Amino acid sequence: MTQKKMISTRDGFGKGLVELGRKNKNIVVLSADLTDSTRAGWFQKEFPERLFNLGVAEQDMIGTAAGFALSGKIPFACSFGVFASGRAWDQIRVSAAYMNLNVKIAGTHGGISVGPDGATHQAIEEIALMRILPNMKVIVPCDAIEAQKATIKAAETQGPVYLRLGRSGSPVITTEKEEFVIGKANVLKKGKDVAIFACGHMVYESLLAWEELQKQGISATVINLHTIKPLDSAAIIRAAKETGAIVSVEEHTLAGGVGSAIAEVMIQKHPVIMKMVGVKDRFGESGDPEALYKFFGLTAKDIVKAAKQAVKEKIKR
Amino acid sequence: MRKEQDLIKLKKKAIALRKDILKMLYLAGSGHPGGSLSLVEIMTCLFYYEINYKAKEPKWEKRDKVILSKGHGCPALYAILSDRGYFKREELWTLRQLGSKLQGHPSIDCPGVEISSGSLGQGLSISNGMALANKMDKNEARVYCIIGDGEMNEGQIWEGAMTASHYSLENVCLIVDHNKLQIDGPCCDIKDMEILSEKLQSFGFEVIQADGHDFSSLIEAFNKARTIKNKPQAIIANTIKGAGISFMENKVEWHGVAPNKEQYEKGIEELEAAFKILKEKNEKV
Ligand SMILES: Cc1ncc(C[n+]2csc(CCOP(=O)(O)OP(=O)(O)O)c2C)c(N)n1
Repeated sequence: MTQKKMISTRDGFGKGLVELGRKNKNIVVLSADLTDSTRAGWFQKEFPERLFNLGVAEQDMIGTAAGFALSGKIPFACSFGVFASGRAWDQIRVSAAYMNLNVKIAGTHGGISVGPDGATHQAIEEIALMRILPNMKVIVPCDAIEAQKATIKAAETQGPVYLRLGRSGSPVITTEKEEFVIGKANVLKKGKDVAIFACGHMVYESLLAWEELQKQGISATVINLHTIKPLDSAAIIRAAKETGAIVSVEEHTLAGGVGSAIAEVMIQKHPVIMKMVGVKDRFGESGDPEALYKFFGLTAKDIVKAAKQAVKEKIKR
Repeated sequence: MRKEQDLIKLKKKAIALRKDILKMLYLAGSGHPGGSLSLVEIMTCLFYYEINYKAKEPKWEKRDKVILSKGHGCPALYAILSDRGYFKREELWTLRQLGSKLQGHPSIDCPGVEISSGSLGQGLSISNGMALANKMDKNEARVYCIIGDGEMNEGQIWEGAMTASHYSLENVCLIVDHNKLQIDGPCCDIKDMEILSEKLQSFGFEVIQADGHDFSSLIEAFNKARTIKNKPQAIIANTIKGAGISFMENKVEWHGVAPNKEQYEKGIEELEAAFKILKEKNEKV
């Protein structure tokens, strides 16, 4: 693949927020002492009167956001993914999701690619934590451009939304003109042997894997599953029928995450062989992102291995 | 003399609401009498004296909002809402039943209920968000947030307290239903809050003490709270858990059990006797 521009999805989010702020005066942004890191600071620069810092108090931030939402505003509550989701989970459950409020949560620093900060700062459970909540929508953009679109769409859609964003620069693989619809997966490559579903940075790794698989004579479908909830069940069933083998890839713990969500649909509607690439029931570690991807088995190479295994088992059946 | 008569009217209303609460809980067979009964005068005073609202237009933008953070006290909220015309009185008797608007803990699907609550500690933060939004919109309406004293064990209450103070939310009035009991026993034994007024003061609140079962005292407190500029107010309403039913008063056992038939009838008898005394008093003035 040709050299891609590296931009983080949090940067895409930051741009999206500013764009929203210009369009809609009801957009307010809440932060919990991580204003610059979450890129809420870009919004603050242009709209200081609409940025509310709650201090290091994520539970209070979600509650305050709920109050704003109940008063007709569209609040974006921003923090690191671990704190934005887990620390305030009951507040998200009762004060946001139960009332189906327009609370938008931006969890930056998602995944292990947070890097050197290590396990306490690496959110690898939040997709599971958020998707089990009724009314909640969960979006994991694959690059900065998609993150910007997702931010705009999150504001336009009614109800709570969780945006999972990354800290590190990630290759830009989509373009402005590509369609982004919440709940509609984007098919990037069409093949017949195996279907790879990925979100976030793992979409790029899956595209690399696709190249390698092609060299080895395996034709793969690659699907950017940017919305984990509502899940594009039709895309999953279609891929299962067309290829008979599925690989899920996520920078997240395997329990309850993207692979689980796919399996829940697939197993009931059209069971096929499936392999799951993700973090295996453990916490993160310090390191630089590249090294961590390798250590945790989240590279193109790992995806190729899983895909080949899936194809092999399919044939044996 | 007019004023004395108004007070008697409010007192009669409080008795009627207590009867409704008791009946709701008796019919439901479960629920929280203690922390509902301690709220009765506070609710009555809010909805008959203090707040601006339109029962027929529950989402009226200029309304003051009553946020019941201690959701388990909802029978008191439901009783006053139905009394003020938000929904039919018959609905009270569906409390806690499948399909009822009156969920075991409040849900915003019920007209007049401003927030869903029941997980303690969350109401003040939400109130702050509403108050900040009101300020943005130059809306003069106020937000009244009712919390329990046991609920103040929750850290989020203090996070919210700092927020209310930091943003100088004079449009937030916190009301503490200070009945001195929680589930496992007296608040001072479970987690002693020592001098509550000083704690709240040091968190930036204008603290106003009131007798939470005395209408003159509550009215005075609300009047004072409204004059405070640039900071949130906390009315510490000194109350009695289970107030108005002799055998429930100050009894931690009555936190979360409904009266049986005999207890219900005894309670109603007591309330009717109290009502009779008031009526006679009223005729004299
Ligand atoms: C977060 C949370 N933890 C525990 C409970 C269970 N609970 C319900 S009421 C209560 C005690 C509350 O005491 P207080 O606020 O003083 O209420 P009151 O005495 O006025 O009824 C507890 C622990 C809950 N509802 N929410």
